[in-house]
Amino acid sequence: MNAIVDVDIEAELVTQVAALAAAGGSVEIVGSGSKRFYGEPLDALPMEVAAHSGIIDYDPAELVITLRAGCRLRDVEALLAEHRQMFGFEAPHFGPEATIGGMVASGLAGPRRGFAGSIRDFVLGVKMLDGRGEVMQFGGRVIKNVAGFDLSRVLVGSLGTLGVILEVSIRVVPMFATETTLAFEHSSADAHIRWVNELGSQPFPLSASAWHDGTSQLRLSGSEQGVNHAIAELGGEQLEFDWALLREQSHALFAPEQPLTRVSLPPASVDLVAGRPQLIEWGGAQRWLCGEVDVDSLRQKAAQLGGSVCAFRNHGTDVAVFHPLAPTMLKLQRSIKSSLDPAGIFNSGRIYPGL
Amino acid sequence: MSQSRREELAAEFRKFLPTENVVDQPTSLAAYECDGLSAYRETPLLVLLPETIEQVQQVMRICHQQRLPVVSRGAGTSLSGGALPHPEGVVLSLAKMKRILKVDTLSRLAVVEPGVRNLAISEAVKSLGLYYAPDPSSQIACSIGGNVAENAGGVHCLKYGLTLHNILALKLVGVDGEIFEVDQRSLHNDGYDLLPLLVGSEGMLAIVVEVTVKLLPIPRCARVVMGVFDSVEMAGDSVAAIIAEGIIPAGIEMMDNPAIRAAEDFVHAGYPIDAEAILICELDGTEEEVVAQIELVEGVLKRGGAVETRLARDEAERLLFWSGRKAAFPAVGRISPDYYCIDGTIPRKALSTVLTGIRELSAEYGLPVANVFHAGDGNLHPLILYDSNNEGELERTEELGSKILQLCIQCGGTITGEHGVGVEKLGEMCIQFGEAERNQFHAIRECFDPLRLLNPGKAIPTLARCAEFNSMHVHHGKVPHPEIERF
Repeated sequence: MNAIVDVDIEAELVTQVAALAAAGGSVEIVGSGSKRFYGEPLDALPMEVAAHSGIIDYDPAELVITLRAGCRLRDVEALLAEHRQMFGFEAPHFGPEATIGGMVASGLAGPRRGFAGSIRDFVLGVKMLDGRGEVMQFGGRVIKNVAGFDLSRVLVGSLGTLGVILEVSIRVVPMFATETTLAFEHSSADAHIRWVNELGSQPFPLSASAWHDGTSQLRLSGSEQGVNHAIAELGGEQLEFDWALLREQSHALFAPEQPLTRVSLPPASVDLVAGRPQLIEWGGAQRWLCGEVDVDSLRQKAAQLGGSVCAFRNHGTDVAVFHPLAPTMLKLQRSIKSSLDPAGIFNSGRIYPGL
Repeated sequence: MSQSRREELAAEFRKFLPTENVVDQPTSLAAYECDGLSAYRETPLLVLLPETIEQVQQVMRICHQQRLPVVSRGAGTSLSGGALPHPEGVVLSLAKMKRILKVDTLSRLAVVEPGVRNLAISEAVKSLGLYYAPDPSSQIACSIGGNVAENAGGVHCLKYGLTLHNILALKLVGVDGEIFEVDQRSLHNDGYDLLPLLVGSEGMLAIVVEVTVKLLPIPRCARVVMGVFDSVEMAGDSVAAIIAEGIIPAGIEMMDNPAIRAAEDFVHAGYPIDAEAILICELDGTEEEVVAQIELVEGVLKRGGAVETRLARDEAERLLFWSGRKAAFPAVGRISPDYYCIDGTIPRKALSTVLTGIRELSAEYGLPVANVFHAGDGNLHPLILYDSNNEGELERTEELGSKILQLCIQCGGTITGEHGVGVEKLGEMCIQFGEAERNQFHAIRECFDPLRLLNPGKAIPTLARCAEFNSMHVHHGKVPHPEIERF
């Protein structure tokens, strides 16, 4: 018996939004608040959605689960684990009550993301509430579906700015038979980056990588045979490593209260901050810096390589959280927001001004 | 549209395009009047074949200024009429933009122009031990730009994803001729993720002019096992049982008896013609891994009631097992004057309900149906056998096809898994989506294309179009591009 309660507050949410649409006003959509730090701060009344909970459909053999968005991530992960299944993107919780809706809206993924898909890749469909109070469904509950523009996946990472996610269908994956971590010494970030990208060209069952302070960690996940084969070929030192430390940002590098900066780069890109302590994940695509940093100059360097920089936490209000968009792109994205939320009711300004 | 208007416009485009890249003669235009859905034909005003991004931009600026509809076209293999021309517009063919611009082994990506054929990418990087995973059945001919427009699938989707999951970046030209890019090489995007909107947008949001694809290492080993069953239900249940073992096969395909017979008669793959269903299951990975998984799968198939399992002994036999499946469409085309191919997806657990429903409908309409099924991801291709020379049979076939798609929707599925909506399924779109969703689709389109110049009349039905119902006609077993395998 799982802990997921069955409570349907869709009608109440529709009423609330319809009233807002009629009277004007704006809200901040709040689940458990575990990822509320992510994005620009808002000055709007909270709209509580975490009570909207329940499993709509889960048949493990279908590899799909359909949930109300207020379900707690920990309960859903426990339910999937009972069936030896899991989400394929290792989403961070950042709090005990983290909800599925927050997971989808933030789009944040964990260590596995460097070697598997993003949350967007696993989302199959949504039921959502737009800024007119209209309930709509996009995508579906099947893996292969090309009917209609795929708005369900656009909601991933939209930080609540397009509407309220009511229900979501997500593809799940089987748990791996076995998993192990190997450690290797690499004195420089560049040496690690080159090494881990070269490994990517070979069919090893890689599922996570990290580099910090001269040591590379590599996680292998798969069948006994596949993993053992890779261990034999790769060498390195087998050790216990808690990847949840990276997922939840409780690793030693993530000093609380310090500014935390996320640098996203095409994985094989050179080290931009040589000599400075950093944590490199996702085969080189995601790099974390703790402490003061000149975000603007880093943004320029990253942009030249096709990357971007997020002032992830504790940067104060002088720095824009997200990497600025080109004006034409911002205009296009604002028009997409307007098409779903014409009056700007939901989380307006969370990502950029007007978005 | 008058011939003088055509000539006037052709002259304008010839100011920056080579003369032969502006097609304006009726005999030459005829080659572009349809795609793989040949029942629908239109003659465009002009066909333009730019060779550079700048030329695409210039074409778009003129079309935008003159309010000319633009239908972009890759190789023209769409099965849903996505590239059907507009009689008062131009066809923008990307076929001459077919260079592979860059292969980056360390980053495992290739940057290609939209006209590059799907299979040409894998061929170009094979010597590096890499490949591009999505393999739509028309991969020998279809272009990557078209794959992006349709979010093309294939037989390996369950494990390796659709086109969307294998694209890292797109460069596009908007309706006003301006370039914009979506770049996710860093596994991150700022603002909204537009890739899932653009991939599968059927040419209605922008023109794809450059595609950065993800390359994967070629698995060291791939083997195929076939399970033979006395009932399709048992075969379907066995697919669920394989997945319950925690195995994600590289491909898992099912065929029912009419499809088995047609395929065996055509390619002699060694299929058991008395079986009610066969499953073809491919596993890939390291040698040891595949050997272990094959053993597991054989066990599951036997416990699931398979009367026989056959392991392909070598690469030649593996390809032979696949050949029957891959030739299923033309094989059915040999035994019936015409066939109509349906492309629904269902939750796998609904398989026996849907197959029973199809059997009943087939009997009711007096039209035989053969079923091939991407069993792993629930994508069902019923093939309705009919003869268009018989009075009223085509109409009955279309009605039966539509009933099958409605059955897919009722069972929690969708009207198109991989062929796209195009002009073919506009009617069923009205059943699958309500008015609010359809209005939202139009609103999204207007964010990119306020004048609705890009591929007008496709993919999203207007209220007026909601009554339309169309079908794919295959006359005397002939489809356009008969050389292409159709799964």
